[in-house]
Amino acid sequence: MGRPLKFNIFRYNPEDPASVPHMESFHLEETDAMTLYIALNRIREEQDPTLMFDFMCRAGICGSCAMMINGRPDLACHTKTKALPAEINLMPLPVFKLIGDLSVDTGTWFRNMNERVRSYIHTDKVFDPNADEERMSNELADEIYELERCIECGCCVAACGKANMVPNFMGATAFNRVARFMMDPRDQRKTDDYFEIVATDDGIFGCLGLLGCEDVCPKDIPLQDQLGMLRRKMGWASVRHLFDKILPGGDAKKK
Amino acid sequence: MDTFYTDLLCVGAGLAGERVAVAAASQGFETICLSIVPPRRSHSSAAQGGMQASLGHCCMGEGDCPDVHFADTVKGSDWGCDQEVARMFAETAPIAVREMAFWGIPWNRVVAGKGTYYKGGKEYEKIEKKEKEGLITARDFGGTAKWRTCYTSDGTGHTLLFTMDNEVVRLGVTVHDRVEAIALIHDGETCMGVVARCLKTGKLRNYLAKATLIATGGYGRIYRETTNAVINDGSGAIIALDTGIVPIGNPEAVQFHPTGIVPTNILVTEGCRGDGGTLKDVNGERFMHIYEPGKQELASRDVVSRWMTHHIRLGKGVPSPYGPHLWLDIRHLGEKHIKTKLREVEEICNEFLGVDPITQMIPVRPAQHYSMGGVRTNKDGAAYGLKGLFSAGEAACWDMHGFNRLGGNSLAETIVAGKIVGEKIAEFLQGYEVDFKTAVVKDAVKKQEERIDRIIKGADGKENVYEVRNAMQDQLMDYVGIFRNGEDLKKAVDNLQVIYERSQKVGLRSYSLGANPELALALKIRGMVRMALCVAYAALQRTESRGAHAREDYPERNDRDWLKRTLATWKEGDSLPTLEYEKPSKVWEIPPGERGYGVAKIICTEDPEVCGEKKPETN
Ligand SMILES: Cc1cc2nc3c(=O)[nH]c(=O)nc-3n(C[C@H](O)[C@H](O)[C@H](O)COP(=O)(O)OP(=O)(O)OC[C@H]3O[C@@H](n4cnc5c(N)ncnc54)[C@H](O)[C@@H]3O)c2cc1C
Ligand code: SF4
Ligand code: SF4
Ligand code: FES
Repeated sequence: MGRPLKFNIFRYNPEDPASVPHMESFHLEETDAMTLYIALNRIREEQDPTLMFDFMCRAGICGSCAMMINGRPDLACHTKTKALPAEINLMPLPVFKLIGDLSVDTGTWFRNMNERVRSYIHTDKVFDPNADEERMSNELADEIYELERCIECGCCVAACGKANMVPNFMGATAFNRVARFMMDPRDQRKTDDYFEIVATDDGIFGCLGLLGCEDVCPKDIPLQDQLGMLRRKMGWASVRHLFDKILPGGDAKKK
Repeated sequence: MDTFYTDLLCVGAGLAGERVAVAAASQGFETICLSIVPPRRSHSSAAQGGMQASLGHCCMGEGDCPDVHFADTVKGSDWGCDQEVARMFAETAPIAVREMAFWGIPWNRVVAGKGTYYKGGKEYEKIEKKEKEGLITARDFGGTAKWRTCYTSDGTGHTLLFTMDNEVVRLGVTVHDRVEAIALIHDGETCMGVVARCLKTGKLRNYLAKATLIATGGYGRIYRETTNAVINDGSGAIIALDTGIVPIGNPEAVQFHPTGIVPTNILVTEGCRGDGGTLKDVNGERFMHIYEPGKQELASRDVVSRWMTHHIRLGKGVPSPYGPHLWLDIRHLGEKHIKTKLREVEEICNEFLGVDPITQMIPVRPAQHYSMGGVRTNKDGAAYGLKGLFSAGEAACWDMHGFNRLGGNSLAETIVAGKIVGEKIAEFLQGYEVDFKTAVVKDAVKKQEERIDRIIKGADGKENVYEVRNAMQDQLMDYVGIFRNGEDLKKAVDNLQVIYERSQKVGLRSYSLGANPELALALKIRGMVRMALCVAYAALQRTESRGAHAREDYPERNDRDWLKRTLATWKEGDSLPTLEYEKPSKVWEIPPGERGYGVAKIICTEDPEVCGEKKPETN
């Protein structure tokens, strides 16, 4: 016999005028190697088919299933019940718009983020189908990949005090994305181009530096390093901008 | 009701859908992509190992070229593919990989100098040339003559999809995520778009488009044990099948991947074996070298999966509460290799199995993995039967894979087909006008509204949708698996027909406004069972063994009678699909012969169109 588990799950369906936010409890007996993916699907299929939540890859790869698990944002699919107490509280991620129950709209948020940081290689070169690719050291490729591993799950955003207070705050995932392109020699943007994107109070200058984000990232992205790097670079750039203003004839844009 | 007009509608925003969208959008055509999930979560993101392209930069890939890639692909397909398409594919793949590099993929690169690699558990030395340093490198994959699989660690699908979606963002292509197409709008001749359901609000919408693309990925979820993501239930193939006109090509061609982990069927990449990992049995002994002395662990997937199943049947499996399994051993590759080149594998093993692959072996067993079949198209990606309908990616049967797809050839297909089909669609759109007939559109919407209404009310019955789905999955798993035989297949077809009846009587257990996950599945279940019947029935009819379709009662590949592609359509009111056949290829650059791995009993064809004047040297 497995442990009796009690799941307290947030319920609210914004599409239903009669629905009010509340917690609802479900009971299951724990089975071998049970994850929250298995548990939630069993609850839906056996107890309440209206329960809303998101899973896709069920392998910790796609970033669909982030939720607040006993108060901490994490991927539900890779969370084993064995690692949790017998009473498990599940809430939707804060910051993101609620779709219903445990399901939130990360798609709109991340598309917006990608547009804001202009998450693509900026280059004036034209692709030549007949030429060899530009060379790159394998080491650098590995370093870029390290930052490219973000799965846009939203855990870092949910854990961020600033993002919870300021809806327009960019969040660690955006800073990480900027850092990824800064490191990529194929991207011709200069520090000042990035400055425009992130050097604001909604950007890196608004970051409190408490690193709630890094602790919860399920992909162990080194967010702390990226945030530090951005803060330094953007700090220097802003000093330079200040000088440019004071000293006549200065023009940071041309650097 | 909301209606959206566009030049091109891509149903699906995985790699194939987005690559097509990019091609059309960069020529100035208005494009909308639909996706059940945010685009970057599409299942393409789960691909780990890599994509094939014959760049030939790494020393183990030296001398590689599109000709060799083409030959590997044709052999892999067991001569079931369209050779014209396979040729076009092999020629374009290197360009597509480089273009992805241009857009930002951090492909792993050649490092000059001495290095070691493993094969069959033994260590070998290789020397990479100085002049190739920094060019895109490749790893070994099954069924290939050269190291040809380009990769970024073991997150290749992830980086490809993120980079592709970056292009989508750059070009400002509209993506409507959490919108599911539930029916094609057509008048029997022309496709005009889709009726879709918003998965945020539950409301229906119309999308009216001059060109509609089905790029919805595979349908692995009709099987119980699959590496596919939970949304891969074939809804794209279903809406095509529902037209009664558009055929599904080779539905019976279903691939099993050798290394799904036990019990959850999450995939660990072929890269594990490509990089030198070995398969072991209950005694901790290797066995693939006995069955396949040449390619050993790296024979094609269908062959390795069959030998694994065979070995388990001999009682050499490792007993477990989830049934017998085998071991995948990558310990000898070492911590550094695993932590840099097989990171996702390390994470999956630790997090989902509690197994550390650096010090422990991984429990594996073949699981359903890939749908070679799909919406049948011509070489331009235009679907048979309806003007203005196209398909690409895993959802399509463009048919470069025939009866077995090679590892790394599917990511490559999404990018290459996406590029080619996208350009063809742009050509098609040039000056093309379509009359969105109001009556046809209204009728299509009304049909869906009525269907939804009946399901919600339980007007046709109160069948539980999850139970029907489970019953269907069990039939395919138990009777239409890796080894097939007439008796089992007959059983599956009979039982699935009963399940089909039940699928038409599904009623919701509870009614809720909005997205309603139970309704979303209930709307698909009938189509899923139709697909299951297409797979089982086509497999029953095909009395030969070819690629992934292995009949115990017909072990030989029968080129005389079965060198043909199945085309399955579903006529309204029928309880079985209608099967027709066509020649797999118009061009026979490589006439049918032996693959060089797997057991080769071949009944030869004497069709001069296929083998030219001379007969193939095998018999
Ligand atoms: C675990 C795993 C690992 C793999 N590894 C490799 C590998 O290493 N190398 C390789 O070459 N191949 C690999 N493959 C295969 C390869 O990843 C897939 O075949 C390929 O990515 C499919 O891409 P796609 O664009 O066709 O479909 P997908 O990426 O599956 O995208 C389908 C899209 O359609 C949308 N959609 C579906 N239905 C609807 C609907 N009704 N309405 C609206 N939208 C809809 C989805 O939301 C999604 O956006 C792997 C597959 C799996 C399962
Ligand atoms: S360090 Fe910055 S981004 Fe991270 S949680 Fe704190 S405020 Fe948010
Ligand atoms: S940085 Fe980490 S926590 Fe944040 S979205 Fe990316 S993967 Fe998730
Ligand atoms: S379902 Fe994909 S990360 Fe959890």
